[in-house]
Amino acid sequence: MAFSGWRVLKEGLTGNKGWAPHWRDAAPKDEYDVVIIGGGGHGLSTAYYLAKNHGISNVAVLEKGYLGGGNVGRNTTIVRANYFLPGNSEFYSHSLKLWEGLEDDLNYNVMMSQRGQISLFHSDGQRDAAIRRGNSIRNQGDDAELLSRDDVKRHLPYLDYDQARFPIYGALLQRRAGTARHDAVAWGFARGASDRGVDLIQNCEVTGIDVEGGVVKGVQTSRGAIKAKKVAIIVAGRSSQVAAMAGMRLPIESHILQAFVTEGLKPCIDHVVSFGMGHFYISQSDKGGLVFGGDLDMYSSYAARGNLPLVEHVMEAGMTLMPMIGKAKVLRSWGGIMDMSPDGSPIIDKTQTQGLYLNCGWCYGGFKAVPGSGYSTAHLIATDTPHTPAARYRLDRFFTGRGLMDEEGTGSQHNLH
Amino acid sequence: MRITCPICGERDRREFYYQGAAVALDRPEADAEPEAWVDYVHVRDNPCGMTRDLWYHEHCGSWVVVTRNTATHEVIETALASDIKEQGA
Ligand SMILES: Cc1cc2nc3c(=O)[nH]c(=O)nc-3n(C[C@H](O)[C@H](O)[C@H](O)COP(=O)(O)OP(=O)(O)OC[C@H]3O[C@@H](n4cnc5c(N)ncnc54)[C@H](O)[C@@H]3O)c2cc1C
Ligand SMILES: [Zn+2]
Repeated sequence: MAFSGWRVLKEGLTGNKGWAPHWRDAAPKDEYDVVIIGGGGHGLSTAYYLAKNHGISNVAVLEKGYLGGGNVGRNTTIVRANYFLPGNSEFYSHSLKLWEGLEDDLNYNVMMSQRGQISLFHSDGQRDAAIRRGNSIRNQGDDAELLSRDDVKRHLPYLDYDQARFPIYGALLQRRAGTARHDAVAWGFARGASDRGVDLIQNCEVTGIDVEGGVVKGVQTSRGAIKAKKVAIIVAGRSSQVAAMAGMRLPIESHILQAFVTEGLKPCIDHVVSFGMGHFYISQSDKGGLVFGGDLDMYSSYAARGNLPLVEHVMEAGMTLMPMIGKAKVLRSWGGIMDMSPDGSPIIDKTQTQGLYLNCGWCYGGFKAVPGSGYSTAHLIATDTPHTPAARYRLDRFFTGRGLMDEEGTGSQHNLH
Repeated sequence: MRITCPICGERDRREFYYQGAAVALDRPEADAEPEAWVDYVHVRDNPCGMTRDLWYHEHCGSWVVVTRNTATHEVIETALASDIKEQGA
């Protein structure tokens, strides 16, 4: 079933009775070429690109809950390619280009909105760092513009420019950055994969990984055993538990990240605004809600809800930056479980078990990575060689120390990212 | 979440700095095998459920070993890191 403006019009006039489910809710078969554990953004995009780019469609995505019920449906939807370090820079650049063609590719409205992201800075030193980052983004071929304080004022008249602690000196703008509708991204990839023959299997929890003589043979699940030639672990916050089923211990700690949304308001915030010093960022959804968040709660957790001190901290930061936000009423808050790596960068790699692949360590930034990660992971699974833009996301960097990618420059240590 | 400091009693979580899994109690010897250092620096059990981690109480300056449940945020037990180190546990 193809989507088009014409179709929407026709269905609207005929009572919307012609819409069918967007993908098949499949039952598990006995055996697949590839089993993907985890039906989040990365698992679904991996399945899609396996089928589309490599012609491998005897694939199952096993999801213990419902598709898109994990972090892919809980994030604040920011998409950008403003990374600094080699390794990250080319990967996110590739991913953003995929985002730009995604709606045509999937024939699905993911509501990609390149409204621009404005990252504020508050001192001369931070301005220097922003210039350096901007140059590195432009060297990668992506866009970055330095905004003076007056430029920022023209874009964002509602900020408090002279707060005592963090007066606003200027900002780095990436116009191609923006937001996308998170659920639609999961649904669009699910539909694209399902149409190409991939089985999407919900309520199917993987409880064991079968390995014989160092080679993966399949998985045990709550819906029976499934044989597979290749298995990929793509379970975000649950990576340590699932990897343990294959006898692995990972350089991952799971942390809780919260987000908030207000009641719907008339359009007032046109961009994504990032206030790094206050650990605060915000955008306005197309429905009108102000969507904002802050830092991790900063202790390991598997509860998909946070604690009040962080709520208070985020609200304070919002009030400091844009006092007008005090008039808005918060409607909901929630949390997601983040797979934090020590250096803050992800892992897309083979494992010591033949035929077993690992995709994790996305920290709080894996939504923008959804297309790129699936593209690169599918390439790795299909060809057993790393895809160039993701070639530095090696697991062994945490064992050798070579190639650590500490984007924030805080040190490769668990409690610092 | 509230944490009981063995010296100061039950306090707001904000008075504590989180250091991470309590592996720091077991720092490898300087000449230990590289694997031991990799485990110490990067690799984690990351349990869903009972865990032991290290928190620093900024109020009194003590390091506290907190036994808690990562799925429910329940704090089960706290002890001074120095006591645990002495007991060799
Ligand atoms: C509040 C919040 C805000 C965020 N904001 C942003 C942002 O603005 N921009 C950005 O780029 N990123 C953001 N992120 C990060 C981003 O959402 C994640 O990095 C990304 O979604 C993780 O990949 P995923 O979509 O595959 O994960 P998930 O959607 O969590 O998918 C993993 C799936 O695996 C399943 N699973 C786990 N164990 C098993 C098992 N044993 N068997 C079967 N299935 C299993 C889970 O049920 C889950 O559905 C944010 C995250 C949160 C929580
Ligand atoms: Zn104390």
